[in-house]
Amino acid sequence: MSDIAQVEDKVHSVVRQAIERHGREREGLIPVLSEVNRALGYLSPEALSEISRQMRVPQSQVFSVASFYRMLSTKPRGRHVIQFCESAPCHVVGGREVWQALQEELGLQPGETSADGRWTLVTTSCLGVCAVGPVVIVDNDIYGNVDRAQLPQILARYA
Amino acid sequence: MQMTRALVLVSSDRESMERGARQVFERLQQEIRATGLQDEVVVTMVGDVGRHDALPMVIVYPEAVVYGPVRPDDVPFLVEEHLLKGRIAAGLQASVRELSGRIAWLSARQGTLPAEYRIVLSRVGLIDPEDIEDYILHDGYEALGKALTTMTPAQVIDEISRSGLRGRGGAGFPTGTKWRFVASAKGDRKYVICNADESEPGTFKDRLVLEGDPHSIVEAMAIAGYAVGANEGYIYVRGEYGLALERLSRAIHQARQMGFLGRGIFGSDFDFNIHIHAGAGAYICGEETALIESIEGKRGEPRSRPPYPTTHGLWGKPTLVNNVETLANVPHIIRNGAAWYRQFGTKNSPGTKVYTILGAVNVTGLIEVPMGITLREVIAIYGKGMKNGAAFKLAQTGGSSGSIIPASLQDTPMDFDSFTRAGVSLGSGALLICDEDTCVVDLAKVLLNFFKVESCGKCTPCRIGTQRAHQILSTIAEGTAEMDDLKNLLALADGMANYSNCGLGQTAAVPIRDIMKHFRAEVEAHISLRVCPTGVCPMSGRRAMVA
Repeated sequence: MSDIAQVEDKVHSVVRQAIERHGREREGLIPVLSEVNRALGYLSPEALSEISRQMRVPQSQVFSVASFYRMLSTKPRGRHVIQFCESAPCHVVGGREVWQALQEELGLQPGETSADGRWTLVTTSCLGVCAVGPVVIVDNDIYGNVDRAQLPQILARYA
Repeated sequence: MQMTRALVLVSSDRESMERGARQVFERLQQEIRATGLQDEVVVTMVGDVGRHDALPMVIVYPEAVVYGPVRPDDVPFLVEEHLLKGRIAAGLQASVRELSGRIAWLSARQGTLPAEYRIVLSRVGLIDPEDIEDYILHDGYEALGKALTTMTPAQVIDEISRSGLRGRGGAGFPTGTKWRFVASAKGDRKYVICNADESEPGTFKDRLVLEGDPHSIVEAMAIAGYAVGANEGYIYVRGEYGLALERLSRAIHQARQMGFLGRGIFGSDFDFNIHIHAGAGAYICGEETALIESIEGKRGEPRSRPPYPTTHGLWGKPTLVNNVETLANVPHIIRNGAAWYRQFGTKNSPGTKVYTILGAVNVTGLIEVPMGITLREVIAIYGKGMKNGAAFKLAQTGGSSGSIIPASLQDTPMDFDSFTRAGVSLGSGALLICDEDTCVVDLAKVLLNFFKVESCGKCTPCRIGTQRAHQILSTIAEGTAEMDDLKNLLALADGMANYSNCGLGQTAAVPIRDIMKHFRAEVEAHISLRVCPTGVCPMSGRRAMVA
């Protein structure tokens, strides 16, 4: 089987499984998008049109929903996604300095993915772990009370 | 789940030993083993406890309840009541001064706070949230049973109305009135929705309830369903709350198995089921009509109101939407009655409020206190004072949609009506405490950035207003603004407040108006003197301006 056919095959089966779990009703669209996003890392054009076809929802609407929510991505992401909380509680306890340092350390602006595909850096609104701000989240790991000196150590854990 | 949740200390100074401390200690060990608590409770003999009026003494931490004099025969009762059921072993206390009534559990593990009174958080940190039996042991599902077997739906609504409970999501709308609207709305199907899309910056009280006491929400939703005539409920949990989602799923599954959800609950003809909907990351979905759109599988854009969800909600049917904290009060009110509830808080804002304390205080964390406490008390008692002895400058309440409270209002009682009279808002329960090193321009800039990012873009005043306001605040912070910009900023605030479709755009004006009202001189210094008085703002454009 060619590479393209293999990728297509994987997209089809991921979408099929998600729809089996959440149903074909419109109510299931966001859960399906979330699950496909988790399985494939992002919502590729192929995945979106496959969801549209199998759920019988117009592509325009599938894209409209997919592009609305922060946890869904229509662009490929790096192997590790770093989220930095930019809300006020983290900001006033030193978040500003850590955010500067994080951008310098990675050489990335918010929303960018590194050339080697290792990192994607994004900002996020409050994630409800404010008692330990400033907060940096790498993939699913939450780091609290972060200061700039700890950053290299934290980043080194992710290959 | 194994954890050490209690530490039991037995006084064993010489006098205590003479009065039978060793026998008490041995009996404690026996009873704790007999009740299967040996992995959760540690018993230690500790020498002199510094008090000699009721020896031998038994002190149970983390609540620091002091019992004494304790005889070996008292031990089974003490273990059963305190360690198993989680309430004070009545009649055995050495003094009622430490804590009265029932145990105020301390999640923060930071000493005893006697004024704190826990209703919403009464089981959080005390029970195993993954075990329905533990919940039942702590009076769980008793309120649902009482409602279904001894009360009519109208009586349930009446009880909630009389309790004076008001919505804890921030708006403070009377809960009983909302329930009555839904109950009297015409429709063959109705829905109950629990709004667990907690996204206000600095707020995580709902998360702790969902993670620590998920069954209380399941029970409350079933009671609400019975009261308003709904057979289906939805919990909309923000997608980032993974543990809460897990615990809720398990709780619903267990409740179904035990017959607290499903068909003919408690032998009545009432059926109720709950579905969970995980959000996908959008602050605006905390707005109730946006939340409903999102459950229906659409973009989370708020609807125009009226009609309100109470008549036209989920799939156009009458729908009750309540916040997590509001619902968590419901079983307690049904079980203990409206009069009991009214003894806490103030006349027009009964009950307690859960706050998260953050920022420049010595102790940050979560507290539940009666309505009407002041900011000064919160900072001094629960925050243990300002960090490094700094001066209190302002507090920002309720996440981004709250108010900026200057130090001059720190003695205003924190309840819905007193705050409204003072022209400020209680918001969702976050208290971000800021000291003199905080710049109000910088703070407002961060808040407006939040609104800019989270605006859904549906209506123009909010979409454009938040962008422009953030731009102007940025120029002020860079030292390149002119005095006219302040006029424009206030005009934008008026536009957003008056013409935005939903609460997001309307409250985006609040930080701007608040800093101009309370800190005008500081804002103007950025413009007329090109100086940031706190030294926070970069003022990077200043040199270019001078040159």
